[in-house]
Amino acid sequence: MAMHMVYLKHETDMDGWRDAARRLLMLEVAPQDVSWSVKPAQEPGADLSRVQGDIFAMSSAAASLDDAATMHDTQDAPRLMVSRQFVELARMVILHRAPERFGLLYQVLWRCQRERGLMRLTGDADVARLHAMAKSVGRDKHKMKAFVRFRETRVEGRLRYLAWFEPEHHIMAAMASFFIGRFASMDWTIMSPRMGMRWDGTALQFLPGGKPEELPEQDASEALWLSYYRHIFNPARLKLKAMQKEMPKKYWHNLPEAALIEELIAEAGARTQAMLERPPEAPRRKIVGYKRKPDDGVIK
Amino acid sequence: MQLKQKLEILADAAKYDASCASSGTEQRNSRDGKGIGSTTGMGICHSYAPDGRCISLLKILLTNFCLYDCVYCVNRVTSNVPRARFSIDEVVELTLAFYRRNYIEGLFLSSGIIQSPDYTMEQVVEVARVLREEHDFRGYIHLKTIPDASPELLARAGRYADRLSINIELPTAASLSTLAPEKDGVAIRVSMARLRERIDASKDKTPTGKRPPCFSPGGQSTQMIVGADATDDRTILTTSADLYGRYRLRRVYYSAFSPIPDASPVLPLQSPPLVREHRLYQADWLMRFYGFESHEIITGEQGMLALDIDPKTAWALQNRAIFPVDINRAPKALLLRVPGLGVRNVQRILSARRVRAVRLDDLVRMRAPISRMLPFIQLPDHHPGATLDAVSLPARLKEIPAQPQQLGLFL
Repeated sequence: MAMHMVYLKHETDMDGWRDAARRLLMLEVAPQDVSWSVKPAQEPGADLSRVQGDIFAMSSAAASLDDAATMHDTQDAPRLMVSRQFVELARMVILHRAPERFGLLYQVLWRCQRERGLMRLTGDADVARLHAMAKSVGRDKHKMKAFVRFRETRVEGRLRYLAWFEPEHHIMAAMASFFIGRFASMDWTIMSPRMGMRWDGTALQFLPGGKPEELPEQDASEALWLSYYRHIFNPARLKLKAMQKEMPKKYWHNLPEAALIEELIAEAGARTQAMLERPPEAPRRKIVGYKRKPDDGVIK
Repeated sequence: MQLKQKLEILADAAKYDASCASSGTEQRNSRDGKGIGSTTGMGICHSYAPDGRCISLLKILLTNFCLYDCVYCVNRVTSNVPRARFSIDEVVELTLAFYRRNYIEGLFLSSGIIQSPDYTMEQVVEVARVLREEHDFRGYIHLKTIPDASPELLARAGRYADRLSINIELPTAASLSTLAPEKDGVAIRVSMARLRERIDASKDKTPTGKRPPCFSPGGQSTQMIVGADATDDRTILTTSADLYGRYRLRRVYYSAFSPIPDASPVLPLQSPPLVREHRLYQADWLMRFYGFESHEIITGEQGMLALDIDPKTAWALQNRAIFPVDINRAPKALLLRVPGLGVRNVQRILSARRVRAVRLDDLVRMRAPISRMLPFIQLPDHHPGATLDAVSLPARLKEIPAQPQQLGLFL
């Protein structure tokens, strides 16, 4: 059989993938006969407007099962077997950076038409891979919520917040709604090597990728944050593995507080020892014993 | 005093409170362009300190001046640590500045007791009020409540906070009266009961179908200090089980007593091993998500959890007669008792076995910790045979690195 070529509009083109998958299933094209690729952008940033269009379509459909419904409702077409679990996984997997994700999704969808209950088999090799990819994307999204750090700067009298973040997967557009929901009244920009996004308080705009040097060098509150980080740390308990499990080193270079870690670890032993060796000291102030007033009690 | 210096002193004063959770509350956002902030229901840890603890909230004291003399506490009246006091506006501004930069999910505010419990609580509540009402702050707020404060103040606190907590501090009333003479164990429990009542009431619809006003939608939690007194793990877990049952707490936090600056001579010099705290959390998890009763979990001697093996595996080793568990036939409650098998994988097994028999390969692909499980399970292509009853089994299992259940591993 001839190879079927599918060109998607951009890296996270869920609609394009779904339309193609539906057509291919109808024609009974086997997964190994399909080649999936993303149409290269004609000029830098050209695909951004497409992402832009999609993201709003996506967010209006978010959290509903519209996708599943459309797959069922295709007129005069045989009913396709698409489970809710598949749709939920596909939404995450499509954001993965691995180029084989489109083919793998199609393969599982293809198998779903033939193997009842496939999505329940988390131990199936293909399904397990989808889960692993979705997990990796989910983690990336979660870490982006956590580790984006804005710097405040004033441009023409208006406060702007800028951040540099390096996601592992194609999650930037999918994260827009989180940051808008949280910082809708702020003017913010998050840049990454592949693309950026700016919210000016009313509208979202996707931007071509940038460079970390575009970040402002200074921020009025960053020093306070560093003080806080330094002082909330308890030197008497070092749990470096626990820290690195949740905050892997690959994120450190974009986290201002991470520059303190080495020094805090180095000092911890001596600081703890000093606390242990310090002889108890009588209070240097006059202590007035505290008395509960008789009517101060809660129980009456 | 400079703001920076205050922040240093009042973060130092707050760090012995283990809780930093920002989860479990209602979902909010500020998409309408008013105010600032959102909560997703899931917590977000914005950073981690080298002590392995998550930094989710700006966790500070309003002041570390305190009238009380709780010997385990770094802020007790007889300690010579430097003292400071934030103004209400300083806390509000700091919270907003950190929040806008995405450093934090919100604020966890506590305070030393100054003037009177009511006065102190009023100040704490005022910070939350200003954040919510004047700045329309929609992020997370956790307030530490003072058990001796008036019920009206607790009620106001619950209106602004996502979570309230009252620290039980020590697992027994006797320890509390020795180590925290000004604190009253009965008053603490009365306050917890009051909070539960209000939290429960806010979740019920009134007869007219109207939603009652929001009250601490993220529930209440508490903290117990471990290792400052001689209480054993059995008593600690019994107390926890009682707190979960009676006051429907979301979390009991265990905080291994750790050396503090200017410690009281009454305290033990040696802090307990951090792994004890870790085992208590594992045991706590077993009670809350795995159907274990508090009295079942202690298998070690003298009422203590074994330090060298996790409590679920320890329990399985003492109850080998019920193993091997047939992965394809056992009821859910029994699957939950298999060492290495977490809640999520139990769900996956239950779902998969309705389609076809689950085999060893399936478990491997579910990323279950197979080597830990093998002696205890039976599958179409696996039976533990004699390994389950082997005398050497405990030693073998101790060799396998434990799977952290929620917290990372100790070093």
